[in-house]
Amino acid sequence: MNDANSGPAISVRALTKRFGETEVLHGIDLDAAQGEVTCLIGPSGSGKSTVLRCMAFLEEATCGLILVGGEPLGFAAGPGDKRTRLPVSQIRKVRSQIGMVFQQFNLWPHMTALGNVSEALKTVRRMPKAQAEARALAELDKVGLANRAGHYPSQLSGGQQQRVAIARALALEPRIMLFDEPTSSLDPELTGEVLAVMRKLAADGMTMIVVTHEIGFAATVANSIFFLDHGRIVLQGEPSEVFKSPRHPRLEQFLDTYIDRGAAMMIR
Amino acid sequence: MNFDPKLIAQYLPELAAAFATTLWIWLVGCICAAVLGFLVALARRYGGRAVDWLLTAYIEILRGTPFLVQLFLLYFGGPFIGLSLEPVPAGLLGLSIYGSAYFAEVFRAGFEAVPRGHVEAAESVGLSRAQIVRRILVPEMTMLVLPACINLVISLLKDTAILSVITVPELTLILTGIGSKYYAFVESLTLLALFYWGLVELAGRLGALAEWRLQKYRLST
Repeated sequence: MNDANSGPAISVRALTKRFGETEVLHGIDLDAAQGEVTCLIGPSGSGKSTVLRCMAFLEEATCGLILVGGEPLGFAAGPGDKRTRLPVSQIRKVRSQIGMVFQQFNLWPHMTALGNVSEALKTVRRMPKAQAEARALAELDKVGLANRAGHYPSQLSGGQQQRVAIARALALEPRIMLFDEPTSSLDPELTGEVLAVMRKLAADGMTMIVVTHEIGFAATVANSIFFLDHGRIVLQGEPSEVFKSPRHPRLEQFLDTYIDRGAAMMIR
Repeated sequence: MNFDPKLIAQYLPELAAAFATTLWIWLVGCICAAVLGFLVALARRYGGRAVDWLLTAYIEILRGTPFLVQLFLLYFGGPFIGLSLEPVPAGLLGLSIYGSAYFAEVFRAGFEAVPRGHVEAAESVGLSRAQIVRRILVPEMTMLVLPACINLVISLLKDTAILSVITVPELTLILTGIGSKYYAFVESLTLLALFYWGLVELAGRLGALAEWRLQKYRLST
């Protein structure tokens, strides 16, 4: 096996991000292992979504490197302390290993569920229409929505839309799936159906990095957890370690906000 | 004063020709203006700061001066810079350029109204910039900008009346000509108003139909 399969699926090294004068990430180091589920948790504004968006190259980090299966994403190290911007073709190649799921689903409203899932297969992978649609239908089937293939996003519930969005990302066979608060726009009932799809994906061995407020999901599904606050990683480790008592005071404080919602039950 | 229908019957061939002229200059002018305006909006979005600045100036000048003045400058001032045009090409060019500034603004607003996340989703599955424009931005903004475009197309129809000042043989020139010749202004101008109103109603109906057909694409959130 080559390096890509032995090392971490994705590594973040000394990542900082500034928006204008404000530095929102102060040197993030993070490794996500192959075939494991990594959850990023933390209060709003802690920078967890920004880390994820940098990994998807939707934001360009101000400093630091991101390695996907050992290959640099967007910028390579050197010369010296500087970084070199990589050519667009290289960026596209590395990026194609990553699938992204958004909080707001971001389905294209002028295409059916089938159209959304088959679009990149047709335009990017240049697959013939019939083949792309057969492939897309199989992906929709995996998320339990083959019978909604002809529906437009406006005709689907939020949970169904998010499942279509997951199928859209999976259709391109990424090695890594990034989830940016995938259930934060959903009510509890719809959250369940999306989390079920994600659990199944995790069980199938997909490498997943999930920014989430679902502490229960993080505690039961994640292999490792990163707790962020104010643009820094405060705690990291396996769920049993991160959540064991006595807890880190900042994490305790953060978890206290969940007690009302009963999620604290999940972590004893 | 009495309304004489025979007068109109007598000039029917001229009226039909004038109607045809108005119709084709309007339609072709709208298409040219929309295409040019789309290119301007696209260049402003992706062309960098200098291009954006230049095109903003283009739009501001065209929106900040009367169409009548622009037309005079093009038709009478054009020959000084080696641009001598016949009335019809000058009118068509003038209408296209004037309309392009408004279309450019409508399309800019349209681009901006497409949620950023829809573009990010397209980037994340690997669509190129050109593919994003063609497959995501244009179809999505079509439903958003349609009402504004219909307004603009209607407005441009009535602006074709101004082409009469550079002797384009369109409805206004021909009908006011008949009016002066026979001192029959009420007949000719009433008829003129009816022509325009009829076309505006037609455009409005077609627009409403298009909006209705695009309704199913509307955002659910």
